[in-house]
Amino acid sequence: MSAISASEKVDGFTRKSMRKAQKQRKSQGSSQYRTQSAPVELSPLPQLKDAPSTEQQELFTQKLQQCCMLFDFMDSVTDLKSKEIKRATLNELVDYVSTNRGVLVETTYPEITTMICTNIFRTLPPSDNPDFDPEEDEPTLEASWPHVQLVYEFLLRFLENPDFQPSIAKRHIDQKFVLQLLELFDSEDPRERDFLKTILHRIYGKFLGLRAFIRKQINNIFLRFIYETEHFNGVAELLEILGSIINGFALPLKAEHKQFLMKVLIPLHTAKALALFHAQLAYCVVQFLEKDPTLTEPVIRGLLKFWPKTCSQKEVMFLGEIEEILDVIEPTQFKKIQEPLFKQISKCVANPHFQVAERALYFWNNEYILSLIEENIDKVLPIMFGSLYRISKEHWNPTIVALVYNVLKTLMEMNCTLFDELTSSYKADRQREKKKEQERDELWKKLDELRLSSSALVQNNSHGLPGVQNNNNNNNSNNNDTQDKSAEAAAVTSENKDPDDSVAANESSPCAK
Amino acid sequence: MAGADGDDSLYPIAVLIDELRNEDVQLRLNSIKKLSTIALALGVERTRTELLPFLTDTIYDEDEVLLALAEQLGNFTMLVGGSEYVHCLLPPLESLATVEETVVRDKAVESLRKISQEHSPVDLEVHFEPLVKRLASGDWFTSRTSACGLFSVCYPRVSSTVKAEIRQHFRTLCSDDTPMVRRAAASKLGEFAKVLELDYVKSDIISLFTALASDEQDSVRLLAVEACVSIATLLPQEDLETLVMPTLRQAAEDKSWRVRYMVADKFSELQKAVGPEITKNDLVPAFQNLLKDCEAEVRAAAANKVKEFCENLPEDSREQIIMTHILPCVKELVSDTNQHVKSALASVIMGLSTILGKDNTIEHLLPLFLAQLKDECPEVRLNIISNLDCVNEVIGIRQLSQSLLPAIVELAEDAKWRVRLAIIEYMPLLAGQLGVEFFDEKLNTLCMAWLIDHVYAIREAATCNLMKLVEKFGAEWAQNTIVPKVLGMANDPNYLHRMTTLFCINALSEACGQDITTKQMLPVVLKMSTDQVANVRFNVAKSLQKIGPVIDSSALQTEVKPVLEKLATDTDMDVKYFAQEAISVLVLA
Repeated sequence: MSAISASEKVDGFTRKSMRKAQKQRKSQGSSQYRTQSAPVELSPLPQLKDAPSTEQQELFTQKLQQCCMLFDFMDSVTDLKSKEIKRATLNELVDYVSTNRGVLVETTYPEITTMICTNIFRTLPPSDNPDFDPEEDEPTLEASWPHVQLVYEFLLRFLENPDFQPSIAKRHIDQKFVLQLLELFDSEDPRERDFLKTILHRIYGKFLGLRAFIRKQINNIFLRFIYETEHFNGVAELLEILGSIINGFALPLKAEHKQFLMKVLIPLHTAKALALFHAQLAYCVVQFLEKDPTLTEPVIRGLLKFWPKTCSQKEVMFLGEIEEILDVIEPTQFKKIQEPLFKQISKCVANPHFQVAERALYFWNNEYILSLIEENIDKVLPIMFGSLYRISKEHWNPTIVALVYNVLKTLMEMNCTLFDELTSSYKADRQREKKKEQERDELWKKLDELRLSSSALVQNNSHGLPGVQNNNNNNNSNNNDTQDKSAEAAAVTSENKDPDDSVAANESSPCAK
Repeated sequence: MAGADGDDSLYPIAVLIDELRNEDVQLRLNSIKKLSTIALALGVERTRTELLPFLTDTIYDEDEVLLALAEQLGNFTMLVGGSEYVHCLLPPLESLATVEETVVRDKAVESLRKISQEHSPVDLEVHFEPLVKRLASGDWFTSRTSACGLFSVCYPRVSSTVKAEIRQHFRTLCSDDTPMVRRAAASKLGEFAKVLELDYVKSDIISLFTALASDEQDSVRLLAVEACVSIATLLPQEDLETLVMPTLRQAAEDKSWRVRYMVADKFSELQKAVGPEITKNDLVPAFQNLLKDCEAEVRAAAANKVKEFCENLPEDSREQIIMTHILPCVKELVSDTNQHVKSALASVIMGLSTILGKDNTIEHLLPLFLAQLKDECPEVRLNIISNLDCVNEVIGIRQLSQSLLPAIVELAEDAKWRVRLAIIEYMPLLAGQLGVEFFDEKLNTLCMAWLIDHVYAIREAATCNLMKLVEKFGAEWAQNTIVPKVLGMANDPNYLHRMTTLFCINALSEACGQDITTKQMLPVVLKMSTDQVANVRFNVAKSLQKIGPVIDSSALQTEVKPVLEKLATDTDMDVKYFAQEAISVLVLA
């Protein structure tokens, strides 16, 4: 508390940058559950390169065993000497497996995997910050990184060594190994996830027997992320690997892969943190469609089903993805989805958030999309017309209005007669809609009366629906700290020059007059 | 149901179904929410033959709509013709129980559980149980997860052959290769154990429990801890040691902090379930370990349970166990490096004083309280202060007041307004325990300082606090100590402070009574009606409306009325509005 500066004392609202700065100092975490007794002091072994070749193998094993000792990095003063010895040894080991040939004999495999497992497989520590926002907050870094990094490096060199034999290694790098490796993708430390990504990729490439298992476990991780926890730090990395895996799928696609697309990748779009992995996700989806264009219709329908309702940021991402899909769409597929798709697009161009409207209107700058629209103008124009016409008169944002005029002009040039017809029937259409609305109200009124008259059957619980909005959750909610508590102070007149007015953020906002 | 027969032509199903198909999700949602009305209009027969098949066929919609549907169908028994026909509801609910979205699926399961009770035993075996089996052997994980929640509702009411099948299905799901399903099964294990015959609990459930508790995924293992509570409750004491304790010991030392956290979180329940002997021998050392865990999350969860754990210790050895085993750990936690741990402890530590009695409290606990009152983290101090009443009963608050005051003052001036807000809320309680003299001497200034805080929420809370203090100490005290200061602020150059005067008057007038209000407060309010700032003026109007009922009627006519009339002609439209409102509410027109 003593660290609070004077300025903070005045305004009472800790600025985010300041909180961040305070946190950054200790943003390290580690969770090696210390059941083992305190580390024994290490004594340096002779260098591998100095040892006679007959003893090298034995020394290599000894060094691997030495590196199984774990140290507490949260305590930066203990075991300094031993930590340094281990670091140097790891460095030497990395060097040894990457430059020497013939060092990977069968007997070393168990030692190597034991060393790796002991060092990297651990339960990740609880997040320092329970509502960690990867976009805003600094990640907690792995405290034992000076060692862990070298172990990852070693694992990678081991896998990439020309003498590496998957047939021997598969006894150790098995399903359990992979499962633990995948759990580590939840690490908050981006450096660690980056290593894991490369390593998993190598394993996927070299161990054919593990491929199906890896895909299935990634499936499970995603499903848990979507439907259970909404929390997993490594989604983007896993998607990146999948992107290249999908690229290698043989045609025709197996049912398993199609199911993965429809039941995992599409629902992933509902995640609150979509922004963190949307690029990778969209890449995977487009990869699928390039493989098998017949998937276009279900994919677009899926996206429409999960279309964000309140989060404009996500809506912009969805529009971006739709454009990527339209870039590769086949004209026959386009015909199948044009109606529902353009109904959504027509809602988007009418969106009061100008970024959404703008993103949707940019479709009309895309030559290929334009050609598809032109080909199907008799279907597209009637859907789009109402929104565009209304927006051209009503939208608050002049840029949007200008864009809409251009779009209207383009559409008019595509089919002038249809455009004129729609213009002249616009009013009548609106009125018909209104009338339908009234009829509906009447119908329900009658039904409600009926219900009143037979109240014997009071069975209905039409209230209190918790809603499934978590699907389309957004970050729009205001920060309570800054919420205006003084709504009553509806006016601030010229007289107020009180110095504390300017610092009290919650009072200076409502300038009604 | 009278309307049902005659009005068929009026409400053809086509129209209603059209509504359910409307393009606009919101309208579809509205119609689904009124599904019972539609069913009513159709009558039971057509609901069964036309509406339900339609609903079953068209289950591809937005999750929001499906959720509403799943909920509605749980209340549909009467609308399909009572329990004789309730099984008609199973097909749509079965499809809903396979949907991906968890919220929808859970609601479908909830509705299925509800209507299972309305099935006759025969229908349960003919219709319901086959559905459970179908779900349990579904291809996609969603249906299997849903099945987990349905076993326990039908098990007690079916024949022994069917029971055996159900047990078999549950066993299979507990070793499903999808972790989502194993999690669902683990979370229902306790519930299922409760409806099983004791022999089967011992033979079936224990082995499943042991297997789930050593699952490769910690998210499954931690759910087994929850089940442990129910299972231990069901078993006779002599079997606990062999059947449950090995697994529980293992969980308390699990390598994943999440599992250990769960053990800590469920510790009181576990303690009750295993009984005093095992508690003494096993749980006390386990609890000590959790209090010393390397992960702060676990320590915090355990610290939260300190009081409950101590309370539930067997009486004969309670004091000895606390003093020799628990208290040393607690002492260490007081200076823990993690503030969540300290604040968790601070929220329960005061409760120990009632258990340990006066002498022990003074000798052993008081130093800890005092240390926590000086903690650097405001939340810790707040938690101590908010639980002062426990200590007050045992040793009296005087023991603490020396250290209390600096702690309160520091919190009162904390840079975070939420902290200030929290301490304000304890003021009336503190004032009651410390007495009026101590209050006037030490705390009164603080209460007045909050009135000019720069955060509105604090000023508002301070106003409310004054009201509560006046209710405690009486009108006379108010007249001497508070009212003059409040009224003095009416001349403050800052219009926000002038408005605070008005807000205080609003809050205090009733507690202070007619005399003080009319003689002291009213003149100030009336004077402020000529304030330069429009906000102040319309708050004058609002205040007059608020305090009007407390003022005697002659003053209302002679003094208030002319002022309000003048304000009603103000140039500012808000002032006009509130003045007119006050006039009409006080019936002065």
